[in-house]
Amino acid sequence: MTSALPPAMIFLVGAVLVPLFRGRAKQLYLLTLPVLAGLDLLYLPDGQSWTTAFLDYSLILCRVDRLSLAFGYVFVLISFIGTIYSLHVKDDVQHVAALSYAGGALGVTFAGDLFSLYIFWELMALASVVLILARRTEDSRKAAFRYFMWHFFGGLCLLAGIILFVITRGTTEFNFIGLTDTASLMIFIGFCLNAAVFPFHSWLPDAYPRATVTGAVFMSALTTKSAVYILARTFPGNDILLWAGAFMTCFPIFYAVIVNDMRRVLAYSLINQVGFMVCGIGIGSQLAINGVVAHAFCHIIYKALLFMSTGAVLYMTGKIRGTDLGGLYKTMPFTAVCCMVGAASISAFPLFSGFVSKSLTVAAVAESHHVIVWFMLLFASAGVFHHAGIKVPFFIFFGHDSGIRSKEPPFNMRIAMGMAAFICIFLGVYPAPLYSILPYPVDFVPYTAFHVVGMLQLLMFGALAFTMLILSGFYPAEQRAVNLDTDWFVRMPGRVFVRFCHRPLQAIARVVASWVGSVVTGFRSAPFRSLEIEKRMDWFFHTLLVEFPDRIAQLVRPLKTEKSELSWNVVYILVPFILLFIAILMVYR
Amino acid sequence: MKPQKELTFLDSERNRLKVRKYFYVSLVVLLIIDFFLHKHVHFSWEKAPCFYAVYGFIACVSLIFVAKLLRLLVKRREDYYD
Repeated sequence: MTSALPPAMIFLVGAVLVPLFRGRAKQLYLLTLPVLAGLDLLYLPDGQSWTTAFLDYSLILCRVDRLSLAFGYVFVLISFIGTIYSLHVKDDVQHVAALSYAGGALGVTFAGDLFSLYIFWELMALASVVLILARRTEDSRKAAFRYFMWHFFGGLCLLAGIILFVITRGTTEFNFIGLTDTASLMIFIGFCLNAAVFPFHSWLPDAYPRATVTGAVFMSALTTKSAVYILARTFPGNDILLWAGAFMTCFPIFYAVIVNDMRRVLAYSLINQVGFMVCGIGIGSQLAINGVVAHAFCHIIYKALLFMSTGAVLYMTGKIRGTDLGGLYKTMPFTAVCCMVGAASISAFPLFSGFVSKSLTVAAVAESHHVIVWFMLLFASAGVFHHAGIKVPFFIFFGHDSGIRSKEPPFNMRIAMGMAAFICIFLGVYPAPLYSILPYPVDFVPYTAFHVVGMLQLLMFGALAFTMLILSGFYPAEQRAVNLDTDWFVRMPGRVFVRFCHRPLQAIARVVASWVGSVVTGFRSAPFRSLEIEKRMDWFFHTLLVEFPDRIAQLVRPLKTEKSELSWNVVYILVPFILLFIAILMVYR
Repeated sequence: MKPQKELTFLDSERNRLKVRKYFYVSLVVLLIIDFFLHKHVHFSWEKAPCFYAVYGFIACVSLIFVAKLLRLLVKRREDYYD
């Protein structure tokens, strides 16, 4: 019997053929691909298949076990929903990018060796950057540039780690890696960057709000969660992840309260939710890993739902800032309800999907008696309800009346939102199907009276705080502003460096030039060989010293303008990397 | 073109009060139920009456206070990076 195709191939080959279709046929074709991939998943044989020899190593395209299958299911499911949501888009580039992006995520999920993992990893970065560029604004182009630089950096760390790993351990196959040496550290950093672990998180709230309406849905689902999957496989039980995860659940909620762009609020709450998963990976017990997978599954659906409903608002009104919106429930009730279902799910309200999944992770933390982490997660649970649960629906659909009377979004968008909302409620009410696909057997009952009442108290009294603060006027008003994040530490020195190359360096060059001039004039009083000396001096000082800073200034100009000269920047990153790479090879020869 | 349908439920102050009233009633109910629960807990302090309610309220209020402080620290003009 021929084994089933690697699901990534269906998406990747399918993506290439998208431009061949037109109109209805294209829409039908787009929908067929995730369905095919979904059927394909059902027929994937357990264990490794699609292995080929590559140099002295083997490429394994399909490594199927319960962990990878669970993520495979949800990636295919969200691709299906996301594709429905973007059916109205006429731009082929976006469809091709979204499908290859999904293909990359599935490739990462089922990759059994580090080489193919790396290829799919970079493919995801490339495809997702297109989804930001496709917005076609100055702002999004700059954001795409920064996004690409971050992921390029992460990808290079990963590649360096992989090469070291192969050299030291002599194999490309991987399972549990564990943080032991340089190789694993580099791989760890590469994975953590994609999982938006602090301090490598700032690309996420920077780029996601600037992506296209439909692109953000895919992005919210794929990049971070594929990194969560790979961390759960390679670094479970790592203490750094436990604390990093706990910190990730807490710090973004402060930002989410003061940020104005509603999709940026969601981006920060995305980090907060991934924090729960990273924390679960840090514990690494069976219950915790179950919690991670369950939470990733539910999170992908409800976060996509939130991005879809806010995206629908952006699509229909052209506005997304809290200061510009308000009172939209009047003419967009369906979108408002979907948004609130997503909000209730992310807040882990009983009967919504977040409740049955987050409880697993929190229970795992309690079982391992990490008291401080437990309190942090509880704080984050209350906080997430505060911003993603109340703030987003409240400021968009209720609050003050902005006077906007927009219609409901197109039919396909409503279908997609309805499907996601249905899944959120379905899993919240009947979690058994979700529990049945988790990696380990589940012996957990989320709906005990105490747990339900406790969670409701936590949320409702958080809501009471919100109500009182809003009514008293103490709640921080929405303001148009930039809020600095850790990317400041990269962007500012970069800016200073570019400015240094432009002004002071050239000023020094001018001083040197005038000094050379005066020296040369001095030599003129001596008749012998003065001409020759002048020529040599001139060449040395003028050509070499004076032109050199000019050259540098010219070379760094692409960095400053962040304009279309992406290839130059790639060269800038590549050169030091190749040097680093050679150095590493020399050391570990 | 026919005028769009609009929902106006929350336009009247009376309705808004009604919503808030139901909300407050639900809070009281939650507090009362708390005393009749069999509590199966991991940590001893979860047994304290209305622990989750108190913690949720304090968490959210302190969240807002800290966020206001954070705004002092990180807020810049909108064209800061341009």
